[in-house]
Amino acid sequence: MSMKFTKDHEWINVDGDTATIGITSYAQEQLGDVVFVEIPDAGKDVDQGDDAGVVESVKAASEIFAPISGQITEGNAVLEDAPATINADAEGDGWIFKMTISDASQLDDLMDADAYKTHLAELE
Amino acid sequence: MLAATGSKSMEDIYCDVPAEALLAKTIDLPPHQGEMEVERAISAMAAKNLNTAEAPSFLGGGAYRHHVPATVDAMIQRGEFLTAYTPYQPEVSQGTLQYLFEFQTQVALMTGMEVANASMYDGATACAEAVSMAGRVSKRKGAVVSGGLHPHYRDTTSTISGIHGMDINLAEANYTGDEDLISLIDDDTACVVVQNPDFFGHVSDLNPLATACHEAGALLIAVVTEVVSMGAITSPGAMGADIVAAEGQSIGNALNYGGPTVGLLAVHNKHLRQMPGRVCGQTTDTDGKRGFVLTLSTREQHIRREKATSNICTNSGLCALAFTVHMTLLGETGFARLAQLNHASAVTLADKLSGIAGVQVINETFFNEFTLRLSGPAAAAVEAMAAKGVLGGIPVSRLYPDNPDMENLLLVAATEVTTGDDMDALVSALSEVL
Repeated sequence: MSMKFTKDHEWINVDGDTATIGITSYAQEQLGDVVFVEIPDAGKDVDQGDDAGVVESVKAASEIFAPISGQITEGNAVLEDAPATINADAEGDGWIFKMTISDASQLDDLMDADAYKTHLAELE
Repeated sequence: MLAATGSKSMEDIYCDVPAEALLAKTIDLPPHQGEMEVERAISAMAAKNLNTAEAPSFLGGGAYRHHVPATVDAMIQRGEFLTAYTPYQPEVSQGTLQYLFEFQTQVALMTGMEVANASMYDGATACAEAVSMAGRVSKRKGAVVSGGLHPHYRDTTSTISGIHGMDINLAEANYTGDEDLISLIDDDTACVVVQNPDFFGHVSDLNPLATACHEAGALLIAVVTEVVSMGAITSPGAMGADIVAAEGQSIGNALNYGGPTVGLLAVHNKHLRQMPGRVCGQTTDTDGKRGFVLTLSTREQHIRREKATSNICTNSGLCALAFTVHMTLLGETGFARLAQLNHASAVTLADKLSGIAGVQVINETFFNEFTLRLSGPAAAAVEAMAAKGVLGGIPVSRLYPDNPDMENLLLVAATEVTTGDDMDALVSALSEVL
């Protein structure tokens, strides 16, 4: 399955039963230098749209929302000492957390890459 | 405005004020008077007070009479400090930011902790914020509160931390200094709050309590209402405290009828992001020169709104400056010496008072304040002594009106400004009124 996107600039990548979530390259550029990431605790249950962490840059603190419902399984430990990884590679090494998928149909609510590109164009 | 707030009348807006506290009628004041007449009238009213500057005073209970060097006033009244705004713009606020950084450093050193903020409003709200912070750090709701905590701090914490969702478990009021708080710790305990020296003056070793807290996954919050005590007693941080909440008034700040004062809050680095309040940090500018800035602002409400650690986004700047100037003048050696003078003063006083028939010092340990058991009600004794021009101390019943077993207890403080004549006046007055 290819990457999907939310209106709040999160991306989600599904691999079997696990989803990996991060913020998009557009988001990291808007935020500026990331200085701290508050990663959700493993074991936390979240519903689609719930708070799931915070990305802090030098100029703003931005909530991350769970794109789908499920349980957080893992946070990206790299971000503790190297939060700027999000700036360097937001859609790869800068992933923020992984989670289980309790309702796969929720993925249909999300945008694919083209739809997200269109969404970004409308924002400008 | 009434429509916008959903109120039908002005009275609705004051609905949270208890009815008995509302003013029933307008105040009867003449429309205007000349400056001389007003000065005369107000001075006459003020002259009815017996104040601590003109009478021997043994009042303590969370606010202490100390000598504040004239240099402190000379510094804080400088326009650059007195009227400077909040240092949000570091490029025009390096003076303010530097003293805040030095203040934080002094507070961290004296409390034995790793980091302190730029101050809270006062010790009581600092205590409440510490409890709420412990809730966030531990993700638990229970707060065990010592029966030796200052009643005002107890009430403030119950109100504020209660609203923040904490379950406040108040231990029985305890004036003997031998409380068992460890048995009150359970799996939902976020923190144990203990004051040292406690409200009645008792001094304890917090190590065993700290160990018990940590074994249970709870935090130990140490409250200090007389900061000078930290010049003579092992620091709360060294005894295992996780958060220290204190009242800084004793250094640099006069009694001022009760305020303004300066709250101190100090924590460990690992909990820094959960600490409320303004924090100043040291950094370098684009030329590599040392500079200071407000930092970690995402803890504060002007950045995070309802997700902030607290709604405080200010500090008690001028009082903190007074504290910083006074501490700078004292230095570590001077601070320790000041503490010794305070303790010596109180020991001398306790010895003299024990000799009076009908007076017993109940404390085995104290710093500069202790509790007397009198042969009769302390409130009456205090009134009688005031009539003789001596401010003999605080009748404990004033803060514990529902505890008849404390009716005869009198809280007495002595500091470096208490003279031999002051002590003789108290001995004499107390002997006469009992």
